[in-house]
Amino acid sequence: MEQAINIILRAMFMENLALVYLLGMCTYIAVSKRVETAIGLGAAIMVVLFVTVPVNQWMYQSLLAPGALAWAGYPELDLSFLRFIVFIGVIAALVQILDLFLERFFLRLHQALGIYLPLLTVNCAILGASLFMVQRSLTFADSVAYGIGVGAGWALAVIMFAAIRERLRYSDAPEGLRGLGLSFIVTGLLAFAVSGLSGIEV
Amino acid sequence: MANYRERLLRPLLDDNPITVQVLGLCSALAVSRSLRPALIMAISVIAVLIFSNVAVSLMRGIIPRSIRLILEVTLIASAVIVVDQVLQAFAPDVSQVLSVFVGLIITNCIVLGRVESFALHNPVGDSLADAIGNGLGFSAVLLTVAAIRELFGNGTLMGTTILPDAFPKNEMMLYAPSAFLLIGLIIWASRTWQQRRERRESTTANPVNLRRIG
Repeated sequence: MEQAINIILRAMFMENLALVYLLGMCTYIAVSKRVETAIGLGAAIMVVLFVTVPVNQWMYQSLLAPGALAWAGYPELDLSFLRFIVFIGVIAALVQILDLFLERFFLRLHQALGIYLPLLTVNCAILGASLFMVQRSLTFADSVAYGIGVGAGWALAVIMFAAIRERLRYSDAPEGLRGLGLSFIVTGLLAFAVSGLSGIEV
Repeated sequence: MANYRERLLRPLLDDNPITVQVLGLCSALAVSRSLRPALIMAISVIAVLIFSNVAVSLMRGIIPRSIRLILEVTLIASAVIVVDQVLQAFAPDVSQVLSVFVGLIITNCIVLGRVESFALHNPVGDSLADAIGNGLGFSAVLLTVAAIRELFGNGTLMGTTILPDAFPKNEMMLYAPSAFLLIGLIIWASRTWQQRRERRESTTANPVNLRRIG
């Protein structure tokens, strides 16, 4: 339990995917004009990460890792190079299922998320979380905790940024800096603030 | 011929994938700490872009609309697997530095964006030119940021020392967030330059405007 909390906290703050590894930036910049949409997007990312990281961990351990196919009589087979195509396939399929599921049972949430839900397939944060999971050789239980942590961290980052961005409308920035340029600089400052947490041991 | 020229040159500045279309930011930001990995990343992205744009353009007549996204992603992922294996075989040190970011070329929005918005509707020649142009536009920004960060953060370029030891190093440049600040400034500069040029063009093309301003 202690270890799970440790992984969640690390993934949320010290190794925040959005602000420390800079993943998922396209969606982050594009969908942060208003706080409500940012909350919806954050919720969707949390759900998708919570499901995809453990599923990909299971797929990797039982099919792709070196020696994983020993039960089928191929103990020396190493299919780990196929992980990109398998992970992206799993993510695309799960996002599709989530899309159908929400449309059937949670119509309001589905409408609020709109186009962003299918686009999560090509969000770097989601594939990135699965690749980090392999790189750190997490166990299944750890990967569940990791999925929760990275999702919460990314959601936190996008909501925080959207809140700042709503206020930026009142700022008197030079013409060429307005909008995109200022968003980048604000994100940079936010990321510097978060990197202050990096040395903390839990 | 002029068509190809435009497809190659427009994405370099006027329609730059990073500063104007806002695509492919993750890899641009994350691998820009020093020049050598950035250069290899740029080459990898160009290779993947060319392969996927040409492949999708060749198959644009037979791809069913409903499953096109998953097909495109599969094609891109195959190209990335090849790039990853080549890097592991011939440049293992860079492959270590880039770690997960080679795999993340799959979700680099530039690749899917160009495939989806261009290669799906255009012939092979145009798609090839578009892929090279956008790849170079991406590389231009990535390499500029990487060069600034390595030069001022570490005093080196491609690993060789440029700045003398007496020149104070700016350690902030070695932290990831500085890439945001630099790209923000690049966007500011390019937008200001574009706005100024547009204003000049509109006043010369339309003398009435000039009188009104005067």
